[in-house]
Amino acid sequence: MSKQGVDRTRRRLLTITTGIGAVGVGFVAAPFVISMMPSARAKAAGAPVEVDISKIEPGMKITVEWRGKPVWILRRTKEMLASLKKVEPEVADPHSKKSEQPTYVDPDNRASKPEYLVVLGVCTHLGCSPKDRLEPGNVGGMGDDWQGGFFCPCHGSKFDLAGRVFKNVPAPTNLPIPPYSYLTDSRIVIGVDQKGAA
Amino acid sequence: MQKLINWIDERFPLIETFEYHMSKYYAPKNFNFWYYFGVLSIVVLVIQIITGIFLTMHYKPDTGLAFASVEYIMRDVEWGWLIRYMHSTGASMFFVVVYLHMYRGVIYGSYRKPRELLWIIGVIIFIALMAEAFMGYLLPWGNMSYWGAQVIISLFDAIPGVGPVLSEWIRGDFVVSDATLNRFFAFHVIAVPLVLIVLVFLHLVALHAVGSNNPDGVEIKKNKDENGIPKDGIAFHPYYTVKDIVGVVVFLMLFSAVVFFAPTMGGLFLEPDNFVPANILQTPPHIVPLWYFTPFYSVLRAVTSDFLPYVAGLVAVVTVLAYLDTKDTIRRIIYVAVAVVLAFGLLSGLLEAKVWGVILMGASLVVMFFLSWLDRSPVKSIRYRGWIYKLALAIFVLSFVVLGYLGMKSPSDIDLILFKNVIWAQIFTLLYFAFFFLMPFYTKWDKTKPVPERVTS
Repeated sequence: MSKQGVDRTRRRLLTITTGIGAVGVGFVAAPFVISMMPSARAKAAGAPVEVDISKIEPGMKITVEWRGKPVWILRRTKEMLASLKKVEPEVADPHSKKSEQPTYVDPDNRASKPEYLVVLGVCTHLGCSPKDRLEPGNVGGMGDDWQGGFFCPCHGSKFDLAGRVFKNVPAPTNLPIPPYSYLTDSRIVIGVDQKGAA
Repeated sequence: MQKLINWIDERFPLIETFEYHMSKYYAPKNFNFWYYFGVLSIVVLVIQIITGIFLTMHYKPDTGLAFASVEYIMRDVEWGWLIRYMHSTGASMFFVVVYLHMYRGVIYGSYRKPRELLWIIGVIIFIALMAEAFMGYLLPWGNMSYWGAQVIISLFDAIPGVGPVLSEWIRGDFVVSDATLNRFFAFHVIAVPLVLIVLVFLHLVALHAVGSNNPDGVEIKKNKDENGIPKDGIAFHPYYTVKDIVGVVVFLMLFSAVVFFAPTMGGLFLEPDNFVPANILQTPPHIVPLWYFTPFYSVLRAVTSDFLPYVAGLVAVVTVLAYLDTKDTIRRIIYVAVAVVLAFGLLSGLLEAKVWGVILMGASLVVMFFLSWLDRSPVKSIRYRGWIYKLALAIFVLSFVVLGYLGMKSPSDIDLILFKNVIWAQIFTLLYFAFFFLMPFYTKWDKTKPVPERVTS
């Protein structure tokens, strides 16, 4: 581009008006971009869920929906709880230091009452829902030293019976524990923090 | 008739445009089979747009109605099944012809100077097409639609800092929901098709400015006759329009065979799990994207924390070669600095393996933009290249196919020999990247044959 015969004053005016116009375009774009964020209705939809846990047999798991995501409630047997100690050297974050969970759950067995594990059934890798591999042993190709847990079919991540992730799988952290509290011994509410908890 | 044409021509450059792009656009006379796939991708684009318009007349973008409205199209709408099968087959065939079109560009060096921008526009079209296909796949609201979208949108979650907000912005909710379905519908039927049409237009403008390459990689514009017409060129119209019509007819025969006899292609074109409505509490037992995404999906899945040192190894090899390749101190410092930063990121554990998976999957696409500058061979076409390039290309094609195959399989199973699928995916991921990142060196070492002055017949 030739600089010859450029009227500097006019060029400056054009540059400034173009700049101001660009700022205006930016302001007009903002409502469109922000309109794509979760709406007020979507934000309000995350109501807490009450669950009756008295009918779960030992060793059984139920799935409930909370904020559009699966929440598992697993009633763990003595053997299941004992398996948590055995796998401790193989899990990546045994004391849940890097993982998402409320302060009132135990960092090792990851429940406020050890018998009932309440955990978000969403893989921390890319959001698939892992499958049950609750039985120990080589069921569904899990290997002979398998102590029971969960297996994500999407990318092969493995979790123990406290939702703790094993080493060298794609998922980086343990399955998240949602906020929950006991209303009575047989009823819990998911989405509401335990009273007195920070 | 002539009067009408004259009337228009005085008001619109009709004859001039036709001559520039058709009757006086001189294309090399030695086009072969591989040169059908450009026109075929335009044919498929038209099929997709027309069938898409008619599907939109009956489809409902609502999580409560979407799945049923697709079944309604299949069962109750007159000829609805045909229109939908043409659209679903068209999606897969689009990638078939585009992959072959890109392969043509690679083997004949059509990405080399002066066609760099042509190639780059093409890569943008390819990425826009992937976005279009991905968003279209959510619309039937089958279980694989839902979980596929869940996985791919979660990729953005992995970006440190802005990731979670970005994925909420894409979904319009905290999970894939009605808001997501509705906006994907808007993007799939309006936004991305418009972008694609504009990009295809630009692709053709760029092509007709620089002229077509050919299987010999010889510039026909260097040899012109006294009228300024390339000696090895023939007019696009009528010669190539007629030839292309033959190709299009043969293609439509194959296309119809798929539509009528194998519309699901054994689960490759339409997956069995997508005949079940979306269930937000249950992931399908075997989650796989459609076949055209699986090579890149395999790269994503291959990255575990124990794989990162091998990636760092590839970085080291490339750095040593780049270091030895130049005598310029500043360049050497830059290469070493980049390598140190990459190695630190890969080995320090500062970024999780998941983030690296996303980065490498992105890189497996982005690297294509740089192909024009990675290739330093003095010749363009594979016809005049030596054995090193041919070997590298063969390994690359094998990697792409094997990664595509592994992407459909469970990572912990053994479907090939000896190792688990994830190990093979890791090996072929390294080979995939080696093709690109070692290209500056092996194309320079390779012994080439002399390129003729004129095209061969």
